[in-house]
Amino acid sequence: MAQYLILIYEDEAAWATAGPEGYEQAMKEHTAFGHANGAALRGGNALQPTGTATTVRREPTGSFSVTDGPFVETKEALGGYYLVEAADLDEALAVAKQVPAPFGGVEVRPVQVFD
Amino acid sequence: MLADPSVSAAVADAHRREWAFVLAATVRVTGDLGMAEECVQDAYAQALSTWGDRGVPARPGAWLTTVARRRAVDAGRRDATLRRSLPLLLDDRVDPGPQIADPEEIADDRLRLVFTCCHPALRLEAQVALTLRLLCGLTTAEVAAAFLVSEPTMAARLTRAKKKISGARIPYRVPAAGELPARVDAVLTVVHLLFTTGHTAPVGADLIRRDLVERALDLARMLRALLPRDADVAGLLALILLTDARSATRVGDDGRLVLLAEQDRTRWDRNAIGEGVALVREALRRRPPGRFALMAAIAAVHAEAPSWTDTDWRELVALYDLLVQLWPSPVVALNRAVAVGFAAGIDAGLHALDALAAEPQLAGYAYLPAARADLLRRLGRLSEARTAYEEALLLTQNTVERDFLTARLDKLGQAQAKPGSTHPGPAPSAPR
Repeated sequence: MAQYLILIYEDEAAWATAGPEGYEQAMKEHTAFGHANGAALRGGNALQPTGTATTVRREPTGSFSVTDGPFVETKEALGGYYLVEAADLDEALAVAKQVPAPFGGVEVRPVQVFD
Repeated sequence: MLADPSVSAAVADAHRREWAFVLAATVRVTGDLGMAEECVQDAYAQALSTWGDRGVPARPGAWLTTVARRRAVDAGRRDATLRRSLPLLLDDRVDPGPQIADPEEIADDRLRLVFTCCHPALRLEAQVALTLRLLCGLTTAEVAAAFLVSEPTMAARLTRAKKKISGARIPYRVPAAGELPARVDAVLTVVHLLFTTGHTAPVGADLIRRDLVERALDLARMLRALLPRDADVAGLLALILLTDARSATRVGDDGRLVLLAEQDRTRWDRNAIGEGVALVREALRRRPPGRFALMAAIAAVHAEAPSWTDTDWRELVALYDLLVQLWPSPVVALNRAVAVGFAAGIDAGLHALDALAAEPQLAGYAYLPAARADLLRRLGRLSEARTAYEEALLLTQNTVERDFLTARLDKLGQAQAKPGSTHPGPAPSAPR
């Protein structure tokens, strides 16, 4: 078995206009997803919008620059993730296809194993 | 010692016929694509000397598989680091044991290899490269030449793809029934792309790249043998056979492009057409028919027409109508418009073409202005035709096609001096 991180990228502006009904619907869908895939799920979280993000980089001088905002500004931003266990990529993709992401999509990344 | 020519020929033949089988069976032992490739390459090298001494075995594929697997076992024992590398995913890895497997019982694993090479999680260009390298057994240099890129570039592309296969754990397995149609379609897309690239080379001096056409045909035949009940596979094999049946007549002795309308139909390959037509019938039995079955049916209408003028254009338009619904591609719509130009009159064809002028996907597509140019020429709107031919010329990089368009422009110059004289003929966008 292997672990995969499913990163959820969505348009934050679309979420902002979706309203309370939109959030409620999404919560329902994620709950249903969690029930359907409980055996594979190893973790997951929703993230607050990129407006709350802070980026930290070490400068060549050794000091740190701390800036407001996400690491990269994109229309569709990382908004949440699931960690899943799967035998292979096909199994991970089958789970990924069920992740609710009405305003974007998901990226599937295998977790690096060190031995 | 020079190898006996009959032995070299037998090895070359086994290379073309058996490479995928031998490699697929060896991957089961190594669990690693690169390692399996090396073992199979060694087995072919050994065949050259051993077959010369002891004769060509009755079943070359089984002989090569046994040798390649034995090498894999030896290499595995020698190289413990191999076991640490991330193995390919096999649901039923075989332990070859001291005897290896009985050659009679070597499982045909080619489909696993096919679905791994053409996995949608790989870039299409990587899928095509892996298919040529692993399924057709081309060397990296040959694959690089097929794509007109340098060998280091292609080597890097293949390495990256193989790293993704092991890193992301793309399985070495035939997909489950529910996934199968979509995955077969991905495989057929790769083979079709190989064929179209060979049928009309996007760039270069030759219109047809015979090497790529032959590989695509081999692959389609292999898939037909492995998936004999799949209508889409039958459709693609039919499409390749029917289209390629005309290849001998597509370029004249002087190297010029010969359009379908002017091709010598007596020189078309009737055996290929017969085989293709039978496959089309089979493919069309599935409802609704798939896109390759419909494209093959279109090719069959041309292949069976006694002449250009006696072509059933209404049938062609009907088939294109179905194809456009199934596959709403502007390129299909363009070909449909050309057929409309013959079935319902030039004005109707031009109308259908002009409806496509704003398609962003067709911007930069030479066949659109070329098709327009032809219809305008047949309507006698010669200066507009000239502009359209010039536009097409700007967008074409194949030498044979460029020469054709230049000749059309020259002819137009003569016709303009003599108003009213027009030559009927198809646009280069018509099937060739």
